[in-house]
This record gives sequence, C-alpha cells and structure tokens, in this order.
Amino acid sequence: MAEFEPVLLANVGKDESWTRRVYEETGGYQAVRKVLGKIAPKDVAETVKASGLRGRGGAGFPTGLKWTFLPQNHPGPIYFCLNADESEPGTFNNRVLMEDDPHQVLEGMMISCYATNCKTAYYFMRCEYPLAYKRTLNAIKECYAAGYLGKNIFGSDYSLDIFLHRGAGAYICGEETGLIESLEGKRAWPRIKPPFPAVEGAFRKPTVVNNVETAACVKHIFDRGVDWFKSIGVPPDPNNPRDAGSYGPKLYCLSGHINKPGCYEAPLGITVTDLIEKYGGGIWKGRKAKACIPGGISMGILKADEFHCPLDFNGPGKFGCLGLGTAAVVVMDETVQMVDYLMNSARFFSHESCGQCTPCREGTSWATKLLTRIKAGKGRLKDLDLLAEIGDTIGIMPGTTICGLADGAAWPLKNTLKKYRGELEEYIKRTNPDGWANTEPVRALQLLSIH
Amino acid sequence: MAERILTDEMIAEINEFVSRYPSKQAATVPALHIVNEKLRCVPRQAVVEIAQILELHPSQVQDTLTFYGYFKQDKPGGNCRVWVCRSIACALRGADELLEHMEHKLHVKAGETTADGRISLEYAECLGACEHAPCILAGDDLHKSVSQEQADKLMAGIK
Ligand SMILES: Cc1cc2nc3c(=O)[nH]c(=O)nc-3n(C[C@H](O)[C@H](O)[C@H](O)COP(=O)(O)O)c2cc1C
Ligand code: SF4
Ligand code: FES
Repeated sequence: MAEFEPVLLANVGKDESWTRRVYEETGGYQAVRKVLGKIAPKDVAETVKASGLRGRGGAGFPTGLKWTFLPQNHPGPIYFCLNADESEPGTFNNRVLMEDDPHQVLEGMMISCYATNCKTAYYFMRCEYPLAYKRTLNAIKECYAAGYLGKNIFGSDYSLDIFLHRGAGAYICGEETGLIESLEGKRAWPRIKPPFPAVEGAFRKPTVVNNVETAACVKHIFDRGVDWFKSIGVPPDPNNPRDAGSYGPKLYCLSGHINKPGCYEAPLGITVTDLIEKYGGGIWKGRKAKACIPGGISMGILKADEFHCPLDFNGPGKFGCLGLGTAAVVVMDETVQMVDYLMNSARFFSHESCGQCTPCREGTSWATKLLTRIKAGKGRLKDLDLLAEIGDTIGIMPGTTICGLADGAAWPLKNTLKKYRGELEEYIKRTNPDGWANTEPVRALQLLSIH
Repeated sequence: MAERILTDEMIAEINEFVSRYPSKQAATVPALHIVNEKLRCVPRQAVVEIAQILELHPSQVQDTLTFYGYFKQDKPGGNCRVWVCRSIACALRGADELLEHMEHKLHVKAGETTADGRISLEYAECLGACEHAPCILAGDDLHKSVSQEQADKLMAGIK
C-alpha cells in the first residue's frame, strides 16, 4: 500500500500555520476561488453528494444529501451553523484543526455556505477552547480585511458573514437542535424532530448544521476532486443495503493508555490495531491492552480481541457497538477495572443530561447511583440486572427520548454488561461477600419501554 | 431602585452582539459572558438590566443563565478558575487523584473558591485535550499532562 499522505493535517506543526499568509503559501483559498460564482450552488452540492462525504460529527449522515433537504427556491434567510462544540469525551480533532489551521475550516465553511445559499453563518464554539477561539477570531478578521468575507467575497457576487459565537459549557449544545436553541439564547434543550433543522432550524428558518472536520473535508473535495476523495476509505458493504460506504481521510483521536496519544489522519477503515501500532506507538509501559472505546464514550466498548475492527462508519457496529461516532479511540490497559470505566461514563451522562426526558434524566442518574454503590463495595449481583434493564430502556431511538444522548448513555452499559459481566460479578462478590449487608435502598423507577 | 451594574462599555459591547442575530434574545449568552468576564459572576440586578436591553422578561435571562453551569450568580468566583478534567481519557491517567490532591492542598471541594479568593477549583467534563491527559484549564491556559508536583507549582503561581 502506498504511503498515505495527510491532507487535513498537512499544515499542522508548521510555523504560524494559523495565519492567512502560511495558509495561502501552501495553496489555501484556491478551492473557494474555483467555486464561487463559477459553479452553480446546486452543482457544488451535487459534487459533495457524489463524493460520498459523510458527516464527521458523530452520526455519519451524508453531507450533500443533508443539504438537498433544504427547501428549494426558499426566499431566505437560510442559516449555516458550524458545530464546534466538541464535547464528546475522547474527542479533540476539531480543536486541533481550529488551533492549527483555522483558515482551512473557514474555507470549507465558505464553500458549504455558498452551496446552501446561506449568507449568514454562525460558528458555534465551546468556551473551553480559548486558543482556538483566539485564532479563529483572528482568522475571521484576516478574511474580512482581505475581502474574503463580507460583501462580494473573492470578487464574486456572493456575500457572506461568519459570526463566532461562544457556548457556555454543556455537552448537549453539540446536539444540533440543542445547539440551535442555545444559539437563540435559551437553555440548550433539544427539539423534537420533525421539523428537521433543514426545514425549520435557527430562528425558525432552514438551517444546516455541520461539524468542523466535515467543513474541512469539503474544501479538499474541491481542491483534489471527487475521484481522489472516493479513492480513500471503503466502498459500501454489498451485504448491507443501508451502508453508504465510508470515503475520504479521517482524523482519529488516540488517548488513554497509549505511548503516543494524539490526533492522527488515516484512511477510513483503518483497524484499531493498526492505529495503535502504527501511530500510537503501542500500549504504554509495555502493558497489554484490555479494551478500547472506538469512537467517543457514547459508542460502547471493544475488547482487546476485537481490535481487528475496522474504523469506518460500518465497522464498530459489527462488533456490537453503536457506531464510529467521532472516531476517538480511548485505550485501556489490563489494569483498568470495568466498574471504574462504567462509573465514569455514567457520571458523565447524568451530569450532561438536559433533563427534558424522564428515561434519560432518571435512568442516567439511577445508573450512576447504582454504580457508586457497587464501586463502594456495597453492590448486589442483582444490581447488574438492574443496570442491564436501564441500558435496555433508556436508549431506544427513536421513540422515548428527544435526542441521542440517552442512547449514547445506554451503550457503555449494554456493551460492558454483555462483554464483561463475569468481571463485574467477581468485583461484587469480592467487595461485598455478604451480599446483602449494608445496602442502602435503591430508588425503583418504572422506565418507559417499547417492545 | 437598585444601583445600575452594567457600565456603558458593557452595554455597548452587548449591543454590538445584538446586531449579529435576527433576534435580540440570541445575544443572551454573549451578554452573560461580557458581564461574567468583568464581574466574575452575573448578579440578579445584571440579569434585570440585560433583560431590559434585550427586551426580554428577566426570567428568560435567568432561565438561560442557570442552565449553563459556567455562570455564577450569588458571589464572584476566584481570580482564576481552575478546571480539572475528570472524563475518561484523563481519569485513565490519574485525574481523580489529581483533583483530590488539589482539593486537599487548597482546602476546598471542587466547585468552591479558596478563602483568599485566588482560586475557584472546578471539575470539568472533557476539556477536549485528551491527548494531554490529565489536563487542567486555568483561566485561558491549558496545562498538559499535569503531575501532582506541577499542579502544586501551578496553584502557587496564581495571584
Ligand atoms: C448528545 C449529542 C452530542 C453531540 N455532540 C456533537 C458535537 O459536539 N459536535 C458535532 O459536530 N456533532 C455533535 N453531535 C451530532 C450533531 O447532532 C450533528 O449530527 C452534527 O453536528 C452534524 O454535523 P455533520 O453532519 O457534519 O456530522 C451530537 C449529537 C448528540 C446526540
Ligand atoms: S435524551 Fe436526555 S439529553 Fe436528550 S433531550 Fe432527552 S433528557 Fe435531554
Ligand atoms: S477526557 Fe480530559 S480532556 Fe478529554
């Protein structure tokens, strides 16, 4: 196999890579010049559709297709929101792009806005990224000064404003309708869909929400062409009519018990083993791997003997996980106890649940309470059945909850109980040999379930 | 009448944001940030004044404020907010022990401010810098792969 050449990260590490000067010296803002006023917006969207680009924000929805859901010949305004909220534990690829190559993101955003006939775009960034904020703000200023933003950009008859908007710390702002509510100045409560944002989004107008890495990919499709994009990754699985293929380069975030944690660019479809060995320098301290999270904490867990799992949109699903998610791989070595991992993930979701839906709000906090007690050596074997029940009932999508957070909370529970039940039972027996002594009552709750 | 809290500069800054959005309400979070940056909290009187500028009911601003744990209301936070990440990638590299160590050293629990008003210690869910685990965001500065000794230095260096 030919050596893979990184494109998304090509400039990262260069001196002052975040300036317009360096960006343009390395070929930046050529793609947008080829597109604006020269290709019809509709055809730009068609090209993105033909490339097979799927959203990099977690759900993997085909980007060009999403754009075509906007109403035809709408009088406007149409809004574009760049989702730079990035709060999924394990995930930091957007931060790397925004800190080290903010112009790349802006160029992709310009092309995306042009394709969707949007003239006002909001760049929604979490407030925990001060450096990314500073560099992006500066990059936007540089663009206005150069006539790359504002009226008649790049000498075309197309005008575009991009406003940087800071969040205030809440994972749920990453969910697209939560993001829109937050942008509108309200609590980030996700909306019931439909209507989908493409029809009724920000300020009740048609809206596209895309991830930072997705926008960056759009730029490269116009620099290098659809054929280049499709030559990377994996074609659709012929046995799975719902698989749309996984094309293009992808940023993988490697963290946890790894020698060289970092953000690496590789083709979609690389296996966990290759990622760890070729890029991550192996497991730290010469230890053995025990498990990993394949794509952010919501996606579930892979055992070490499942590390041949390919990291494309269809891969982790074949190993009982929810999906590729954000492609953030968190590696755990043999010293990790699964009860700790479960506790950490349950605590995260109960902290971040927005509280609108009873199964999510109650289920996540119930699981946290149970796990706290188990961890403290007061667990009972039947607690594991309770946890399994919570996992099975809070996360049925679509149906009982408004957004996907509850589903994300369920997967670590479901996966761990299936793949590591023996270890959890042993922990309970070891730490609470009497079984019943000292147990505080656990609040019972009838969760909604549709079977 | 309560004394006015928002300065002319703050009001001008808020109004600059208002022009960016098709609804005045959308300037709520930017306005909260502006006040919070200057006062290290958003007192009730400021909520009333923000609501006046944005033509909202104070409860609408208050509702938004309370949803985001980032904003404090009743008393100002410390000179420096120190966020210690406790999510999975950091936890795998000792974040829980690090936070406990810092609580012990500063004689506060996460969420509290030191008696001398220097430091508000807080836990964070994933700071998006997992490759540098365990990490700490102190004010605008990200501290990477922080050991307990480095945390001691960091805490001592905050004025
Ligand atoms: C609870 C939850 C959190 C999410 N967080 C993010 C996020 O931080 N960043 C992101 O781009 N997408 C996030 N998403 C996915 C978005 O809802 C949306 O699908 C995505 O931004 C669309 O962009 P894409 O098509 O370019 O991937 C989240 C979804 C859910 C359910
Ligand atoms: S599923 Fe959870 S986070 Fe999503 S809307 Fe319902 S309560 Fe909020
Ligand atoms: S888990 Fe700590 S920064 Fe992501």
